[in-house]
Amino acid sequence: MEICNLSALEIRDLITSKQVSAEEVLKAHLKRIDQVDGRPGKINGKAISLEDKKKVHAFITRTEKKAFSQAKAVDEKIANGEYPGILAGVPVTVKDIFCVKDTLSTAASRILANFKAPYTATPVARMENQGSVMLGKVNLDEFTYGSSNESSAYQPSPRNPWNTERVPGGSSGGSTASVAAGEAPISLGTDTAGSIRQPAAFCGVVGLKPTYGRVSRYGLIAFGSSLDCPGPIARNAQDAALMLQAIAGLDSRDATTANFPVPNYLAAIKKDIRGKRIGLSPDYFRIAFPDADSDTYDQQEVPPAIRDAVLQAAAVYQDLGAHIVEDVPMPNTRFGIPVYFVISRVEAASNLHRFDGVKYGYRTQEVNGELKTLYRRSRGKGFGLQPKLRILMGMYVSAAQYSEQYYRRALRVRTMIRRDFEHVFDPNGDYRLDALLTPTTPSTAFPMQDVYGNSVLMQYADQLTVPANHAGIPGISFPGGLDKDNMPIGVQLLGPDFREDTILQLTHAYEQATLRADWRSNRPQVMEELPHNDEL
Amino acid sequence: MKQPEISKDLFNHLVDLAALQLNQQESDYIFLQLNHQLSAIQELKAIDIDPDVPIALHGVPYPVKRSPALRPDKVESCEDSSAILSEAPQLEDGYIVVPDIPHTTLE
Repeated sequence: MEICNLSALEIRDLITSKQVSAEEVLKAHLKRIDQVDGRPGKINGKAISLEDKKKVHAFITRTEKKAFSQAKAVDEKIANGEYPGILAGVPVTVKDIFCVKDTLSTAASRILANFKAPYTATPVARMENQGSVMLGKVNLDEFTYGSSNESSAYQPSPRNPWNTERVPGGSSGGSTASVAAGEAPISLGTDTAGSIRQPAAFCGVVGLKPTYGRVSRYGLIAFGSSLDCPGPIARNAQDAALMLQAIAGLDSRDATTANFPVPNYLAAIKKDIRGKRIGLSPDYFRIAFPDADSDTYDQQEVPPAIRDAVLQAAAVYQDLGAHIVEDVPMPNTRFGIPVYFVISRVEAASNLHRFDGVKYGYRTQEVNGELKTLYRRSRGKGFGLQPKLRILMGMYVSAAQYSEQYYRRALRVRTMIRRDFEHVFDPNGDYRLDALLTPTTPSTAFPMQDVYGNSVLMQYADQLTVPANHAGIPGISFPGGLDKDNMPIGVQLLGPDFREDTILQLTHAYEQATLRADWRSNRPQVMEELPHNDEL
Repeated sequence: MKQPEISKDLFNHLVDLAALQLNQQESDYIFLQLNHQLSAIQELKAIDIDPDVPIALHGVPYPVKRSPALRPDKVESCEDSSAILSEAPQLEDGYIVVPDIPHTTLE
């Protein structure tokens, strides 16, 4: 078995049982990165070549020196008989939206291109305390504003390992691409509208958005502060559980973390799923796309391949003894994106005011005016199109004279979306669901440049994932098959507050029941041509 | 496309308030996209909301027992303030240097 194809749990166990060293594992992954990743994203980089188009380009910054020092520390601990942590020697990539001390922390934006964080984000620090080995910071949409990674200021932006002509999704596209291509078994991402689950679906990996407050946001460069959730990306449910174990829990530095016990996720996922109640909602099998020219909405059914993958997953669960509840009403699902357009932009505009060319980050060299000119020029040159668009939208819909019709109204519809979930998850209610089973995305990964530029259509890639962010509940996307173009299909499970254990358990049960499914023998395109190496 | 909701004048006012500087190409693109996005959210106006529905600033409720305890109100010194200051683009004697801040009279 090739080291880079092993799970995080397998790697950890091989290292702690001294069958392989953390340094050997690290070297194998660095070799894989050299083979598949191509040049890292850069600002003002050279034009993208045909050769570039065959590579993944997950990374912005590789942190090899740090990785070797962390791997060495793990090997020394094991040699000395000390406890090395639950992620001992496991290579990880980190979305470049998290601050990591003395490391460039760019948010994929020119305005933070020179910013070296003076402290480390809590989820990263917790992984490090558990023995992880950080390979580097991976690319994303600028400030996480997108669903394809194409808006990154660092080009080439990541490409989908299953077909490098397609996008990896976003905004945690560098994270999911790196995990799909075997560059790392796990990655830390963030999810504000689906930014873990949508790219996980596109890249054929597992992505978990925890409950809001389950994982600390300290050290995360903020987008929508009431929606942002850090979470794990992995190749299977066990690894996502392992990583969540490391990062979850109360943090005195984030007042929105919940004082709520963290269960043993790895133990929980092995439990029997018999008797679990899993819902299917017609409201998650149709999608709405606005037509900007006519101001009308086109309602469509989700593509048959995606619908069938979800229904097959339901059949698998039924065979395993779960109870499938059909026709679950989720009537406010369709308002998720319009509400998001308002709430997230208001929060983004507020959060982006701190970048001013004064305290840190990019400052214009044309300093020949007064302070406001400095702000305007620094922000004008430092921000790309998407941050500028979001700032202006957020300021407009929260302005005193428009706030009632937009912002406050959106916050009330948010309550209605939350109530949909409370109703169906209520243990004493009509439905008493343990989870809702849905498609993750309305399409599989689309071609590069197909949607980019149309900011409305791009946002609608998140319409089946964003309700969970409004409601704060946990959600997971896992691979449920391939479409006719050999592109991965994501299946989503949504659960009640703090029941990550349940949705991980259900994901694990599906994985075990479909281990021998034909589609599981297919591998991402970039791995097909690799020479075999680093076998154990 | 119907009459844009945001006029060019209002757009330019917002750009000024946001302390942004846009070139012509950016300005044209963002103006168009902003109006597209506002069209997409018109649906919100038509939603029938019960008058009793409150606003939700967070999805997950935060009862006191689930919130972290407040920290004691005491001063903690920064481990390495020079590392934070060193991020400033222009620094002199521990002060961050900026261009002139013109005197303005509040209206």
